[in-house]
Formats: sequence, structure tokens, C-alpha cells
Amino acid sequence: MTTKKLNQKEDVVVKFVGDSGDGMQLTGTLFSDTSALDGNDIATFPDYPAEIRAPHNTIAGVSGFQVHIGKRIYSSGDKCDVLVAMNPASLTSNLKWVKKGGTIIVDSDTFTEEAFEKAGYTSDPLSDDSLSSYSLIKAPMTSMTQEAVKDIFTDKKSADRSRNMFALGMIFFLFNKELDYTDSYLEKKFKKHPDIVNANKAVVRAGYNYCENTDVLLQHQVEVTQAVMPKGTYRNITGNIATAWGLLAAAERANLPLFLGSYPITPATEILIEITKHKALGAKVFQAEDEIAGICSAIGASFAGAMACTTTSGPGLSLKAEAIGLAVMTELPLVIVNVQRGGPSTGLPTKTEQADLYQALFGRNGEAPCIVVAASTPSNCFYWAFEASRLALEHMTPTILLTDGYLGNGSQLFRIPKMEDLPKINPPFATPNDKTYAPYKRDPKTLARQWAIPGMEGLRHRIGGLEKSDGKGNVSQDPANHELMTKYRTEKVQRVANTIPDQVVNGDEDADLLVVGWGGTEGNLKLAVEELREEGKKIAITHFNYIMPLPKNTEEILKKYKKIIVCELNMGQFVNYLRMNFQTLAFQQYNKIQGLPFEVTELKEKFNQILGE
Amino acid sequence: MAIEHSPIELTKADFASDQMVKWCPGCGDHAILASVLGIFPEIGYKKENFCIVSGIGCSSRFPYYVNTYGFHGIHGRAAAIATGVKIANPKLSVWINSGDGDATAIGGNHFIHVIRRNMDVNYILFNNRIYGLTKGQYSPTTKHGQVTKSSPYGLIDYPFNPGELVIGARGTFFARAIDNSPKTLGEVCRAMAAHDGAAIVEVLQNCVIFNDKTHRDVTDRAFREERQLWLEQGKPMIFGKLKDKGIVLRNNSLEVVEIGKDGITEKDLLVHDSTIENTGIHMMLAQMAPPEFPMAFGVIRAVKKPTYNQLFEQQMAEVKASSKIQCMDDLLNSGETWEIK
Repeated sequence: MTTKKLNQKEDVVVKFVGDSGDGMQLTGTLFSDTSALDGNDIATFPDYPAEIRAPHNTIAGVSGFQVHIGKRIYSSGDKCDVLVAMNPASLTSNLKWVKKGGTIIVDSDTFTEEAFEKAGYTSDPLSDDSLSSYSLIKAPMTSMTQEAVKDIFTDKKSADRSRNMFALGMIFFLFNKELDYTDSYLEKKFKKHPDIVNANKAVVRAGYNYCENTDVLLQHQVEVTQAVMPKGTYRNITGNIATAWGLLAAAERANLPLFLGSYPITPATEILIEITKHKALGAKVFQAEDEIAGICSAIGASFAGAMACTTTSGPGLSLKAEAIGLAVMTELPLVIVNVQRGGPSTGLPTKTEQADLYQALFGRNGEAPCIVVAASTPSNCFYWAFEASRLALEHMTPTILLTDGYLGNGSQLFRIPKMEDLPKINPPFATPNDKTYAPYKRDPKTLARQWAIPGMEGLRHRIGGLEKSDGKGNVSQDPANHELMTKYRTEKVQRVANTIPDQVVNGDEDADLLVVGWGGTEGNLKLAVEELREEGKKIAITHFNYIMPLPKNTEEILKKYKKIIVCELNMGQFVNYLRMNFQTLAFQQYNKIQGLPFEVTELKEKFNQILGE
Repeated sequence: MAIEHSPIELTKADFASDQMVKWCPGCGDHAILASVLGIFPEIGYKKENFCIVSGIGCSSRFPYYVNTYGFHGIHGRAAAIATGVKIANPKLSVWINSGDGDATAIGGNHFIHVIRRNMDVNYILFNNRIYGLTKGQYSPTTKHGQVTKSSPYGLIDYPFNPGELVIGARGTFFARAIDNSPKTLGEVCRAMAAHDGAAIVEVLQNCVIFNDKTHRDVTDRAFREERQLWLEQGKPMIFGKLKDKGIVLRNNSLEVVEIGKDGITEKDLLVHDSTIENTGIHMMLAQMAPPEFPMAFGVIRAVKKPTYNQLFEQQMAEVKASSKIQCMDDLLNSGETWEIK
């Protein structure tokens, strides 16, 4: 590592792109982990193609991994400072994500006529003038990789598998990072294949040394500022893993077995896969025959006394709608996780969107209120999964947790909590042989009914989807009783507001503009607002995680500001929900429906425009 | 995963619910309810360890009429709900009530999968070949050509035979009974309760209002002995009022023969074995139907195979015994972590 004084940068976005088989995810992960160990804050986001293995060297087959490192990192970043493109197809499909004047590193060996034509170029982009507004680094990675491993592998195919390590070595040099973490990772990962370990180590060094020995590249070297982070033990975590762990943690704090009934669906499948690994923690996972069986098995498990969950994405939530109504009617605890993706229908399965809010709030027959909460960063998926579970269990109400593809697949540093610091969860269990037990007798404070579990003595009862009489719980068609029970179910959800913290505003009390967001857009909204404040603008932000019910002070906060803009990745679902609730207030809206997160630059532009009006 | 037995002897009265039974007078469901109430005390589990789950339809009101833990679900989903109950608590005796519409139309997917997995549940399929609760539309088991409210010109659908579905999904237990034969109904329910795994009993049930006498071709007093073959384990397949007919296997298919004719003796008849893994003969037995054949009743198939729940619990125990991660603190701190001081 260089000890000379380098140019400092507060943050940098690097995107690794290549063919699906080029190992871009691993390259990106090694860079982000190394940076985290080196004291940077980090966030990452993978960019998978929808196809599993599209034809070689085609745009459909491009896979990417974006890494954002620096001092203050709220998201995986907008456009990249450095693009590492392993072939022409990945360059052409990702050029639009490179900042003007940014650095593009390519494997120049791959720019054969056949390959650049396949990628849609009519002439070689490395030699025509089309990339002149970027600083282009043409590194012959393939040939230098082959050279570096010639004593280990004689065949080119084996050598080529290490090409990504050459790119990684170059990036390590450019950002002045150590190689030790990568060495130890390789030693562990390929323990049984010392040849592969040695080859990869040699190639990382070849990439590193290539930069060190190339004058032009020496000037590119920068140091990224370290983050100041609270003391503690950290790890990198994706939103989906954090969600899985949050559910497991809640079950432990409730002292209940976790039951997950799910059906694989992009981008939520990772949660199912993760929880399945943890049978040792008592997690019971059932991969069902369909989405409906997923949730129905969870409802059965909840009736039988487990902490029950089902995980899905938008189309799956549609299929589960009727069963959510059953959980509303039977007033059983149930956590429904929806990792939102672009819709409607199959839509954009691998892209992000926040367009299932209406569905979560209203997408059922009858008056069927659920608690709805939303996570807002990859790492806080842990806490919101935990909180969704707590609310479901303590209030005996199905709770929908909304995350999205951007959170689920994105990663961030996560400060590891101690389990004893998380609250204990206390479901309202009935007492065996309680002569006064009745299935719909309610806690006067929360209106939650008691949870009597099959097997408990003296509490046999029947519940189901038919309307039940208040208290006793027999089937009832009585008109007044139906109205009463409907109001109880609504009021029970509303009373959750009594137990949740107040909504918080960050920024100026007397701001000219209040930015409102919810769910997965938090990082970029927060950064846009902070940057504008640093530029002297009077602006504030409030970001919602509790959606149904809203925190009690919501109206009080909103009415303080003359201008409010609600930003979300849909046509305006949250803003309309606020309009419905607070009819005297005026809301502006900013929406994006491209399957992509907000960019800080576009947000700032919009906010500046409103501030200037 | 043994289910805890009651320390005291229970009676039918222990399971009677205080709810008024609202099925039509003369409905076959009454007899099925009486049979279940009759065998629950005999099974001997604690009252609290029974859990009855249903979907939607006339038969699905069943849980309200038995004083156990009960769950009245949504249309078609009883098997999925019961699956969750059984996995969450394998120490419960889980029963499913479902109709032909509930089980083989809207719930067809869950029906075949609960069987495929050999989930340890007892499934009573009330087959009246009609949608009763919605007042008379055809179901997947309604006869081809039948006029119903939704097939005014005659039904062009071909029907399912539930037994074929069960055996086709390699079910481990299939039995058939008739609502108006309490003794035999009780016998198959007893056999079902004793079976570990997904046990399906199809009950030919009469809907007096919307599909009266739909099963007459096998249940009519005038000829029922000629149309019903009651299978008994290890016994030759004999039927007929005079016990003069039997079933033989000839050229890989079943045939009806007359005992004493053409030199046929009892020894030539097929002997019933419900326990063979191969589905061939069981499938043929389930397919038999009048007029060419009698219909087979009793336990057609009862094969031993580890249940989903046994395998599930066993795997959990094995993983737990070998895992380095035993609590959430272990998991949170596993893998790559680092300290910021």
C-alpha cells in the first residue's frame, strides 16, 4: 500500500460489469468487504440479468455489481466514478451509468471485431472517438492474466477464469487497498485447490502491479475518506438476509418456533433460502406448492401456536389476498413480507418499485385492515422484520412488511446487536383451563384477542372465516354484531399507534420544503436533503416506516410546512394515502416508475426547482 | 411424535358441540358426523389434541359440530392450513373435511400435494358430485352428461375419480365408504386414524336437495350387493348377494367372474393386499365402476412410508445436533465480522 499523500475523495462509486459468468458479484464483494475492513462505510447493489445464462458476449447476458464506499454512505450510489467493463456488451449497456468525465477500465483484449459488433458497435469504441469524454484505461487483462498464471495453468480457459481478479487488483491499486483480505478469502474458499488459490493471488498482484508500473494510472490513485462509525462489531448484510434474521430474532425473543410457509419468487426467494438453513434455531420452513398454500400453511401454523410468516413479492401478495383476509378475520398473528418489484403482472421481476402500497393497505375483500410497516435500508430490514413480528404477535393482527428489490438485494454495513438488547415479545396467550376464556374476548387496551393454542387444556374452540359473535365467537350473521366486529378490527389496528414512537423530522424546523418519503428510498432522499442543506438551502425530511397506522404526530408534523413533496417509486400511492388522511393539507408529488431507485442528482434538481418557485 | 392420550376414558358426549347442526334433514353429512363422533373417543387422544380443519362448502361446517380445536378455512385451502398446523405441532391429530368441489376443483393443487408429501393428516372427502352450498352447480366429480344448474344442456366435462388422484399421487392410504353405512364408515375412519401419513377416505355422500341419489347405481337396495365389493386385507375379492362373484386378474386387467362357473373357485380370485407399494392393482381397484364392475369399498391402499412430519422432525434434530449456530447471537456473529473501536 502506498504511503505517499494521495488525493482524497469523500466517496466513490465503482461498478463491475461483465458477462454473467465473469465473476462480477465476487469481485464487487471482495472490493466492498476490503473497503469496509479499511474503515470505509459501504453499500452495494447487484445488477443481475433476468436470464440465468444468456448467450456469451450479449447485452442480455451482462451482470454487474455496484459498490459505493466512503465517509457517508446512505445508498449504493447513483452514477459511477469508475466502470470496470470486462467485454464490449457490458460497456455499451452500462455507459449511461458512468459520470461524465468518469473512468472506464476495459479489458481491451475482448474488443475483437466480432465481439463489439455483437454488442451493437459499428466501430471499435476504444479507437473511434466515442469515449473521449471519459478517461479510458485500456488494459489487456486477458493476455496479462494468461501470462501471470502460465506456470500454473497451461490452458487458456482455466486462466481466463481469473480475469476478474486482474480487474480487482487494478481497483485495489487505484483506491489504495491492501490485498490481505482477498488472500485469506481465496485460501478459505478454494482450500482444496491450491492451484486456484495461487493463480488468483498471482493475478490480483498482476493487476495491482500493472497500475503501479503505468505512469498514467499512478495519477488516478486516490484515497477514499474513512467513515466515522459508532463503536461495535459490524458485518455486511443484504436486505433479504437482514429480513430473514429479523424474523428469526423475533421468534427467539418471543420464545416461539418460527414457521415460514413460502413459495419461491424473485426477489424474495433469498429470505426463504436463508431461513431454511437455520433449522438448528428451530425454524420450521415449508416450501409450499403455491403462494396460497404458503400463506395458508402459515395461518395454520399460527393457529397451532408458531410465530408464522410468509414471504413473497407483488404477484404473490395478490394470490395471498383472500388468505390475508382469513388471518384478519381469525385475528391470528402473521407476518407477510412483500419484497416489492416492478409490476403489474410479471412486470419487472428483477427491478425495484414501491407500487404495492395500495395492495398492502387495501387489497382484500371487505373491511380488512392490516398493520403495514416498511423497511428503509438494507440493514434496517432486520429491525423492521423484528418490529413487524412484534406487532403481529402482541396485537394478534396480520402485519405486512414492505421491502423492495433494491433493499433486498442491496447490502450495507450492519452493526450487530446483542439479542438481550432487543425487546422481549409478549403475545397475549390464554391460560389453560381459564373458565372465562372466549375466543373473541379482547384486551381492553389493545383490543387483541387471546391466543389459545391447540393442545392447551380447557380452551377448545373453533374459529374461521365466517363472521363471529363478539366475545363468544360463534358464527354470527347478526347485523349489529358485524358492524361492531368490523369496528373492533379497525380500531385494533389504529391502537397500534399508541405503542409506536413519534415520527421524526430531520432538518430545519422552519424549512421551506419538507421532503416526505417511505420505505426503500430513504438513503437517496436523505443524502439529497443533506447535500442541499450543506449548500445552505432550508429543507427538511421525514421518512415513514410505520404506514398503517401512521405515527400519532404525523399531521402535527406535516402542517408545520408550507410546501410538502412526497417522493416515491410509483404513481403516487403514499401521497394519495396522506391526502385521504389529511384532507386540508396540500401535497406535491415526485414519482419515478422506471424500475430504478431515485438518483440524488435528480432529487436535488427537483427540490431546487420547488425551492425556487 | 406420539400424540398424548387421554388419562380418562372419553365418550361421544365429550366431543359433542353446543352448536346447532344446520345441514339439511336427510343429508349424508349427519351420518359422517355421527361416525367421527363415535370413533374419536375410541382413538383415545386427549380432547385438546384433536384439530379439525376445513375449507368451504356444506361439509366444511363440520368443525363447528365437534368440540375439539377447529378451524374453518377458505375455499379449497383446508389441506394447506392443516399442513401448517401439523408441521407447527406434530403432536396434534389433524383431520380435514372437504367436499368434491373444495378438494378437487379449487383445492385440487393442495389435495395432490398433501398426498404427495405424505403429510400425517386424516382427510375425509365428502363426494356428493355437486356444489351444494351454492345450490347445484356441477363439480369435478359430476357425471358426464348430467344436467345441473350450470350444465342445463348436459355436462361436457369428464369427471375425476378421487381415488385415481390419490393413488396417482402415490398416496399411502385410500379408502372408500358410503354415508348410509355407519359400520363400514366407522371401520375405514378407524383404519385412517391408525395410518401414519396422508390418509384419504372418500365417502359417497348423498345431497338430498341438489343431487339426490347420485350414487344410486351402487347404493340402491335392489342391487347394491351386486355393485359393491368390500375389500378385506388378505381375503379373496368376493361380492354379490349370494357371494358368488369375484375378481380375478387376467391379462393384466381385472375381470368379474362367477364362482363355480368355468371351473372358477375361490382360490382363483385376487386376494386383497392394501400394503403393496406398487400402485397397479390399487389403481385398477379404485377405477372399478358399474355396470361392468362393482365399486371397491373399504381400505384399498394402506402403505407404510415415512411421513413428511417424521422426516421433518428427524432432519431438524440432526441439524440441531451438528450445527455450530445454536442461537441468534451465534448467527449474528457468524462469518465475516469486524470491530470498529
